[in-house]
Formats: sequence, C-alpha cells, structure tokens
Amino acid sequence: MTPTDSTSTEPTPNDSTPNEAGAGASATVIELTDVRKTYRSGLFKVAALRGVGLSIEEGEYVAITGPSGSGKSTLMHILGCLDVPTSGLYRLAGEDVGGMSEDQLAEVRNRRIGFVFQQFNLLPSMTAWRNVELPLCYAGGPRAQRRQRAIDALADVGLADRVEHRPAELSDGQQQRVAVARALVTNPSLILTDGPTGNLDSASTADVLGLFRRLHDVGRTIVLITHEAEVAAAADRVLQVRDGVVTADSGPAAALRTVRT
Amino acid sequence: MSWAEIIRTGLEAVRSHRLRSGLTMLGILIGVAAVILTVWLGEGAQDKVRGQINALGSNLLIVAPGSTTTNGVRGGFGSASTLTRADADALTSHVVAPDIRAVAPTTSRSAALTAGSSSWTASVVGTMPGWLSVRARAIGTGRFISGEDVADHAAVTVLAATTAEELFGARDPVGQSVTVSGVPMTVIGTLTAAGSSASTNEDGQAIVPITTAADRITGGASRDSVQNIYLEATSGHTLSAAYREADYELLARHRITTPTAADFSITSQQSILSTATSVDRTLTVLLAGVAGISLLVGGIGVMNIMLVSVTERIREIGLRKALGASPRVIRRQFLVEASVLGLAGGLLGTALGLAGAAILPSLISDPISISPTATVGSIVIAVAIGVVFGVYPATRAARLAPIEALRSD
Repeated sequence: MTPTDSTSTEPTPNDSTPNEAGAGASATVIELTDVRKTYRSGLFKVAALRGVGLSIEEGEYVAITGPSGSGKSTLMHILGCLDVPTSGLYRLAGEDVGGMSEDQLAEVRNRRIGFVFQQFNLLPSMTAWRNVELPLCYAGGPRAQRRQRAIDALADVGLADRVEHRPAELSDGQQQRVAVARALVTNPSLILTDGPTGNLDSASTADVLGLFRRLHDVGRTIVLITHEAEVAAAADRVLQVRDGVVTADSGPAAALRTVRT
Repeated sequence: MSWAEIIRTGLEAVRSHRLRSGLTMLGILIGVAAVILTVWLGEGAQDKVRGQINALGSNLLIVAPGSTTTNGVRGGFGSASTLTRADADALTSHVVAPDIRAVAPTTSRSAALTAGSSSWTASVVGTMPGWLSVRARAIGTGRFISGEDVADHAAVTVLAATTAEELFGARDPVGQSVTVSGVPMTVIGTLTAAGSSASTNEDGQAIVPITTAADRITGGASRDSVQNIYLEATSGHTLSAAYREADYELLARHRITTPTAADFSITSQQSILSTATSVDRTLTVLLAGVAGISLLVGGIGVMNIMLVSVTERIREIGLRKALGASPRVIRRQFLVEASVLGLAGGLLGTALGLAGAAILPSLISDPISISPTATVGSIVIAVAIGVVFGVYPATRAARLAPIEALRSD
C-alpha cells in the first residue's frame, strides 16, 4: 500500500529541473507518510484522508483516480500545498512542507508546482503570454526575460502564434494549452493537474493528453487527478483512492524507464 | 513581487472594470470637488474682507466717540461726540505718543456738489493733512490739503476719483471751481481710485480742510468735535504701544480715572479683520465639514465596491495564490487598487473643482481663491480614504484560503 521503491531510481542530475533542495540527495518528488486530513464541518469531523502514504519519483506520470468524495481532491490540495495535512509528513522535493507559513507555502507553490485546472483559470483581461508570465511575476526577475520565458513556454505547447491572443479568442483546447504553458514556465518539480480534460471535447482531450505525454517524455513529473478511467489510463501509474486511503497502486515500474533528453 | 509590478497589476484591474471603477471614483470625485470648492469659496470671501479692511489703511487705529456719563447715568454710544480736534492735536505730539506717526481727525457728511451743469452727491470729509497717509490714499493730480489750508479755513477741496469724473468727466478738475453745499471751493487736487466695496465708497468722496468743514458745511454748535480720529502707528509692531498711548492720553484729557468708563473706544484694523474673518472661517469650516461627509460617503463607496470586487474575483485571487502570490502581495494588490481609485477620484475631483472655480464666480458674484494647500490636501485625503477603506477588503482577499477560492464556481 505504500510503495517505496526509491532505491531503484538513481538520482539523475537534470539541469532542466530546478530541484535544488533534492538535487544529488534524492530524486523523490513526492513523499507522503501517513497523511491524514480532518475537516470540521459544523459539529461533525469529517476525515477526508485517513493515512495516505505514497511516493512519486522524478519523471513519473501518475494518475490519481477515485469516485467523488473519495478524498482525491483533498489529496490534490495537499500535494499542491494549497492545504496542509492535519497529521503526517509531506516532503515535496525533499522539503518538509508541514509547518510552513503561508508565505513559505506560496513560495513553494510558485517554485515547485505547476497547476493545470479543469476550468483553465486564465485571467480574461490578459493576453496569453501575460497569463503565462503570471507565476514569473510572483517569482520576480527582469521583465524582458519573463516575457521571453513566457513566449518560449507557449512555443513548447504549440501556441507560438497565439502569444498576443486573449483567452476569449482561443478555443477551449488552446486555452488549456495556455494553462499548461503557465504550469511549465517556472520549470517546476511537479505538474499537478486536476481534471484537465473535464471541460474539453474528445479531440481536445486527446490533444491535451498528448501534450502531457510529450512533457513526460522529456522528463517532467506529472500527477493527474481524474475520475475518468480512460484519462487515467493515459498515465503510466494509476493510484486508486477510496474513502480517504489509497486502495490500489499499479506500481512505479513505469517510472523506471529512464527516458531523458 | 516588486511594488512596480503590484501597481501595474492594480492599474490593470482598475482598467479592466471601467464602469465599476468609474462609479466608485465618482463618489470620491464629488466629495473632493465639494470640499475644495467650499474651501476655495471660503478663502475667497476671507480675502475679499481682508482686502476691504486693508484698504482702510495700514497699521490703523480708529478712535470713535463713545457714551458719556452724566450724573452717573451712562448714555448710549454716540449720545454725544466726545472727541475734539484738540484731542487729535494732543496725539500728534511725539512726546505724548511716540509710536503714532500720523493723526487724522475727520468729520463727514453727505453733500451736493455742483460744477457747471454737473452735480454729484459726495461724502464730504473734513480732515487734516495726515489723512492721506493714515488712510493709505494717493494723490492723482494737484496736491492734498496742507496745514495752511487748515489754518486758513481755506475754501479748497480734493476730489476722489469718482467724484472728479462725475463732475468734470475727462477734464482736469485742478483749478476748477466747485460748489459744495452752496459754498464755492477751488479744486486743488484729485485722489487715485481706491476701489469701492458694498459698504463704503471710498471713491465717492470730496476732502476739505476740517476747519472749513466745521465752519461752512457741518455747522452746528460744537465746531470742535470730530466724528473719528484715525491714527497710524509707526509700524505693525508698535500698534499696541500706539493703542496704549492714545488710550492713556485721551483718558487723561477727558479726566476719566476708570478705563471702563471711557467715553471713547479705540479699535484696530486687526480686530475688525479678525472679527470679520472669523465669521467667514466658521462658515467655511461648517460647509467643508458637510462636504467632508460626502467625501466619507465616497470612501464607504470605495469599501463597498472593493468588497464586491473581492467576492467577485475570489477565483482570480485563488488562482494568484496557487501560482505563488503570498497573502501580503494579494493585500497590497487590493490596497493599490483602492488607492488608485482614491487618487483618480481626487485628481478628477480637483479638475471638477477647477472647472467650478472657473464658472461659479460669475454665477454667484463671489470671489474664489484657489489655494494649493486645500487642493493638495484634498488629493492626499482622497488617497488616504482609498487606503483606509481598502484595508478591510484587501485583508479579506489576503485571508482567503486558496482552495476555497478555487472551488467557487
């Protein structure tokens, strides 16, 4: 239930991954140990996570799936440092996230995690490149460089010719690509995506899943949360969550493929 | 995130909600315009009063006859003219009153002047040579009354600007003859214009030697009595010394031992000024207070709109937090938005105030005085209102948990 196979993956230094804290020490991106999350809902306590332990290595493509109410959204929030566990240990790229202040969590989200949401969450008043630039604004850095990085990220997702378009001028599939570019632009340790195809038609779904596959092929760590089995099937490893615990894990074997560029 | 970046983001947010930002600014705009216009009008009114009073002369003291006490019964003010030319003469002594530079006893009455076919009703002022300096007036043509004129009871007159123009038009009146209350007099000079106000018409006067006036125009039993004695102190600093000297000398001359029983009163130009302007100031403060309330209401409008904006943009806030915005950065972003609204409202309000200042004086025939202090102050207050009323909404935005914010659909 808690597959820890980190010894079998050699710590490969990879320039494209800004994994300063973990570089050289461990290539484990996510390490959860007995993570629990309890919400207080009025008089009742609701245990959303009841002891989750899992480990995701650098370069893995993992789907977390489960029915609604299973706790997968809570798990996603904790993985994304949008929420902190009630108890248990969470190490993201070697850093203990528990006990971090709001400001520190904000910085970790900025540096380590690229989010792709179901609703795209692009700011409608900004052009594509300005949307992609947003995480870089919070990180700081010279404007010209930020713009170049944003444009490069858009080129990476095949939108080099849509740089000055606003979200309303783009198709749903293109908007989600912009969102993916925004997740990539900071060169994060982890791309965390919550139902990225939920609002897309089948052609765009295939398009976006293909994009994730390509990112995986160049060594990105991707965690995809979905309730659709066919979307989950696109990943190399599938984790089933039910009633706040991981009930099935297809194993990290696929991660052993040492595809590096 | 740098401040420049935060300000850019704030400006973008204000620009992307034009209608809402405009309406929010409108509240501040009207408040600022109301405040500065009120203050400007108030200062204009004060300047006007100050100008009128300063036109009386500089470092001026005015001695007026007071009540007399006869057999223990105190008469009302003006029950008798208790000031005489001898009183005035006494005050000209540099021994008695070293701080008084010039003395001008005056009598005045309205009289008909005729020159040829023209006639004009002027205020005929009987006085002495010191009057010119005391009342801060200047000779236009010819000369002013001399000591000899007074000694000789000479039938000469100096015409103020309007009087001269009414009687002689463009011609030079000097040397011409004019009839004052039936008495033929020679015009020896004219005065330059002093400007007129609602209460006095300084330019409608005719000046004659005080002796001539007593003999032939005012007449009456007490030919020595005068209506006022104008005193000019040697400088603004010696005004109170001059006041004491005049008071002491006049009390002694009138054989009055208790100063409260004085049969005369001395007022300074300064005291008239402060009385007149304090009334105006009270009104200005009151009106500015009312206008300030509208500014406050504008501020509450900012808060209201910012709270709506926070609620409406929960998703955006959540996204920004997920992408790495710390609570501090979010708070600053909303504070900047609120202060941009305040600043824009302040600047536009000032523009509206300037427009009002250009139009209003012609409509209400009151002067307006554009004071930079009030203007800058209002803009600063407008920004401060934006910040103060933005703090609460900004804090709410900063405290939003990112998952709550992202969850809302």
